[in-house]
Amino acid sequence: MGTWLSQVPRSALTAEAALWLAAALVVALVLLPTLYLGLRAVEGGPAAWSQLLRPRVLATLGHTLALAGAVTLCSALLAVPLAWLTTRTDLPLRRWWSVLLPLPLVIPSYVGAYLFASALGPRGLLQQALEGPFGVTRLPDLYGFPGATLTLTLLTYPYLLLGLRAALLQHDPALEEASRSLGVTPWQTFRRVTLPLLRPALGAGGLLVALYALRDFGAVAIMRYDTLTRAIYVQYRTFDRSGTAVLALALVALTLGLVVFEARWRGRSSIARVGPGTSRPPLRVALGRWRWPALLFCAAVVAVSLVLPAGVLVFWLVRGLRAGENLPAIGLSAWHSLAASGLGALATLLAALPIAFLAARRPGRLTRWLERLTYALFALPGVVVALALVFFGANFLPGLYQTLPMLVAAYIILFLPQAVGAVRAALLQVQPQHAEVARSLGRGPLAVLWTITLPLMRPGLVAGAALVFLTIMKELPATLILAPLGYKTLATGMWSAVSEAFFAQAAAPALLIIVLSSVPLALLQFGERNQSP
Amino acid sequence: MSQPAVVCAQLTRTFSNVTAVNGLNLSVQSGTILAVIGPSGCGKTTLLRLLAGFERPTAGQISIGGRLVAGAGHWLPPDKRQVGMVFQNYALFPHLTVFENVAYGLARLPRAARVAQVQRLLELVGLSAQQGRLPHELSGGQQQRVALARALAPEPAVVLLDEPFSNLDATLRRTMRGEVRSILHATGATAVFVTHDQEEALFLGDQIAVINQGHLEQVGGPEVIFQSPATRFVADFMGTTDFVPGQVVADGLATEIGFLPLQLKLPVGAAVDVAVRADDLHLALDAQAPGQIVARQFLGAQQLYQVRLPSGLVVHSLQPHVQDWLVGAAVRVRLAPGHPLACFQDGERVA
Repeated sequence: MGTWLSQVPRSALTAEAALWLAAALVVALVLLPTLYLGLRAVEGGPAAWSQLLRPRVLATLGHTLALAGAVTLCSALLAVPLAWLTTRTDLPLRRWWSVLLPLPLVIPSYVGAYLFASALGPRGLLQQALEGPFGVTRLPDLYGFPGATLTLTLLTYPYLLLGLRAALLQHDPALEEASRSLGVTPWQTFRRVTLPLLRPALGAGGLLVALYALRDFGAVAIMRYDTLTRAIYVQYRTFDRSGTAVLALALVALTLGLVVFEARWRGRSSIARVGPGTSRPPLRVALGRWRWPALLFCAAVVAVSLVLPAGVLVFWLVRGLRAGENLPAIGLSAWHSLAASGLGALATLLAALPIAFLAARRPGRLTRWLERLTYALFALPGVVVALALVFFGANFLPGLYQTLPMLVAAYIILFLPQAVGAVRAALLQVQPQHAEVARSLGRGPLAVLWTITLPLMRPGLVAGAALVFLTIMKELPATLILAPLGYKTLATGMWSAVSEAFFAQAAAPALLIIVLSSVPLALLQFGERNQSP
Repeated sequence: MSQPAVVCAQLTRTFSNVTAVNGLNLSVQSGTILAVIGPSGCGKTTLLRLLAGFERPTAGQISIGGRLVAGAGHWLPPDKRQVGMVFQNYALFPHLTVFENVAYGLARLPRAARVAQVQRLLELVGLSAQQGRLPHELSGGQQQRVALARALAPEPAVVLLDEPFSNLDATLRRTMRGEVRSILHATGATAVFVTHDQEEALFLGDQIAVINQGHLEQVGGPEVIFQSPATRFVADFMGTTDFVPGQVVADGLATEIGFLPLQLKLPVGAAVDVAVRADDLHLALDAQAPGQIVARQFLGAQQLYQVRLPSGLVVHSLQPHVQDWLVGAAVRVRLAPGHPLACFQDGERVA
């Protein structure tokens, strides 16, 4: 019996070793900027470290934490009801809301902040519009904490929303039906069954939002709110590299604390679904007379986070065209953006595979820390990563300095956490039994990966790649510093136009970025329909 | 029947603080079906995963098809073991058709032989017409047959089935049980399946291994397991069993419900428990009798009565359905086994 099953004893350890080796290589790459920072900070000596205790720096730390906390809280307050309304209720136009609501993701923070400031700020469009009929000459001051919180919340709540929606669509609706049949009201069911099940998604999404707020530079710079990233940038401009490094390390420490906090909060809740229950469309809660307030809520969020910025952009573009301004040819920079983002997304996803595999399939102390490490490094501001690579490249790899591979390496370092999260989530959707059956049918680990696990992960992988792709499309500082000479992307083109106050010229690439990166997101949202029966 | 297809020797698997499988010695003859039964959490699924190679033993050895696959410094990964696995939820590859699922383990065969083998298996399980379908387009019974065909296709040394019928409704379960048995016997396959359902084990198993808390309590043919349980646990687990206290007297055993002419190697006065099944008792209405019917359950062809004895012990008795008595009625209970009964002292068999 079984004559054709191979009798050749090949070491099963080779695949395992390759997995760990690949993960180690990725971790080495990702650690590079931190090591550079450490080196610089040590060079600076006690003088560089003592600045951490200066009142001004301490205030900056406080500002940073306050902003991250406020943005996370506000995002959750928006995302939880929105996710629930669009997946579990009979809200009218659900499909449309589920496409429109995540779209603010595609607006870069510096663009968003600029647009909110020019719309809602002093002497902004809103004030101008109100001045004529109502004689309003002053609006509440937007700059500082409120403006930064508003901008970052409206641009980052989709991170939470997407995760929560995915979790809600994935849950076995029978759990909620069981609760209802036990005589529990819809609201109590939400509080006692749905919300606890959403804990992992809330934790992971909240962490993404908080980390985004911690590392953001564009919005806080334009809203003139003093956070750590802005302080790092100012310090860097004074050519005090050691001081810069110490501040950047403080930021890394902050994020590490955040990651540990999230892990504690999430606890040991597992999101693996128990039992074979085939997924059925969920029981939809009838909103009744709440349907109009709910509709208004969705419409208001879309209006402020999407229609307002897009409208301001179109306004600038039309006004520029009317005034006869020359618009730059953006075909080439559009191609550059697509190519760099595509390469970056692919490379980042490949780099994420081994780490996500270890995190999901070899749970243990080491892999847990491996995963946390990748999240912690998410806090490295783009400008710091870019500078670290410039330093490293100039000293050790002069051939790679200002080449596309170097830029792609920066993208991997910057966006690995997103990709690891997505790959891990995709992997958790695949039942381990599938791989086990395939192994017992005589296929080696690599064959099983290729024929079973990867195909089953494909929807999740595509989603992850799309997310990384559009994040890279928006990325500014690293692209600005590391792109090859003359390699102008939409983002860098827009930045230079904004800094020279050519608003109409900035509007065209900004709109194009938004349109191009909306495509994969819209496809993903529509794809949900085909997957859920 | 030259050599056993599977041999476990002193097999032990310990998780951080739990011993799931404890010093198990077990062998499965080629071409037979071994049913592994025990309450949930007894270690039966761990045993299956050890055989398949998804878990490594803490101690002991496993041989499959005459080859040492685990233990004594040897370790063969699942893909080298020649085991077929049928999971509780079937784990059909959702992105592959029925044909592709069954063909998955035959990648090393030339194309023509592969197609022929898949056709043969699909014909055997009666799914030739569905070979182009995707798993979610199949009924539960069909999914299970695909899972079985997929596991059998590479002609493994042993097929492992993990609670294979627990996802089916009662009627389908009965049909599939018969079908699976005839498919396994038709291919001459060796199979190990775990279940917590005694009826399933008695029906399907050529041999039955009863496991409790990682220990092997007894292994043997279905009749032996049922009629001659080796331990109190086996007697309790297989069938509705009451344990009636008895006392050793000069020429046998005295119990509350009658005398048994059993010669035990125990001193007079020793206390034992007699395993009494519901079909071992005779009931008769008798207004003077001390027994009282406290509950009854209509099973169709039979009535299952529960009778409280003066000592407070409640025993079960199966009666023909025409014996239609009311709860509360007084009845006389008498032991009428017609075969030797098992007696236990401290959980161990003494007769």
